[in-house]
Amino acid sequence: MADESPILEQLRSEIGKKSPPRSEEVEKGAIRRFVNALGDHNPLYEDEEFARKSRYKGEIAPPLFVITFGRQRRPQPDTRAGRSMINAGTEYEFFQSIRPGDMITHTSQLVDVKERMGRLGRMFISIRETRYVNQRGETVAIGRGTTITHEGRAMEARK
Amino acid sequence: MIGKGPAFEDVKVGDEIPRLVVGPVTLQDIVEWCGAEEDYLNIHYDEAVAKAAGLPGCIIQGYFKCGMLGRMLTDWLGETGTLKKTGVSYRGMDFPGDTLTCRGRVTNKYAKGGENYVELEIWTENQRGEKTTPGTAIVSLRSKSSR
Repeated sequence: MADESPILEQLRSEIGKKSPPRSEEVEKGAIRRFVNALGDHNPLYEDEEFARKSRYKGEIAPPLFVITFGRQRRPQPDTRAGRSMINAGTEYEFFQSIRPGDMITHTSQLVDVKERMGRLGRMFISIRETRYVNQRGETVAIGRGTTITHEGRAMEARK
Repeated sequence: MIGKGPAFEDVKVGDEIPRLVVGPVTLQDIVEWCGAEEDYLNIHYDEAVAKAAGLPGCIIQGYFKCGMLGRMLTDWLGETGTLKKTGVSYRGMDFPGDTLTCRGRVTNKYAKGGENYVELEIWTENQRGEKTTPGTAIVSLRSKSSR
């Protein structure tokens, strides 16, 4: 395509490249902050005795606690000029419970990029897949995030 | 507290699961969610920055809405049901002061590979009736005899 955008070209070149694995310990305090922020006082997350007698045989984290992995403190600039990125959707598949004390290693890769014409001009829809593995090598969850990148419309907030 | 959770036999296509009403969502809730997520993107709590970015004002995080929909599901699932998959799209904005009602409705149920699955459509709805965060979920439920 003669007028192929350099953004599309760059995004495509990133498909399939795995991010370096990052490991994070599941801290009880992090679970507490997560459930408090959601007002989610499920005893499986915060009542040791209840959780021990449940089928989980111990405390677990809410399934969507996976949201918290891989975060970087922001705001930070998106150094690739002329873009604005929007989180358009997220999907998670759950295979095992995450528990306090687990060591979760995650790695992600871009799996798909599509170009569309939107209201604001050309936009690129990227899907990034992240796999979360615990210390026993079990995949606990797979996440898929959809990001929309608009060309030539930098978002000042991210500067 | 949570209940035992629904039995597969008792769930019918078309059933609505118990709603979760959230809010009015305050700036404090938003900042607390920043802390929970460890993501302090400032369009969510700094009005000047949000407006400079072309937004009408601070907006509630998509992940906050995703998390609340998850809470609605796990509240319903109780001790015996399991969330297998959930996905949402962020289609519209919600603002501080908005009340979000998380809702879900059963769209399908089937047994496969020894497990009982139920599919749902889920969404948030604000007081203006806007369904900004539609999505789907798949859960597995125990049968009456094995709960």
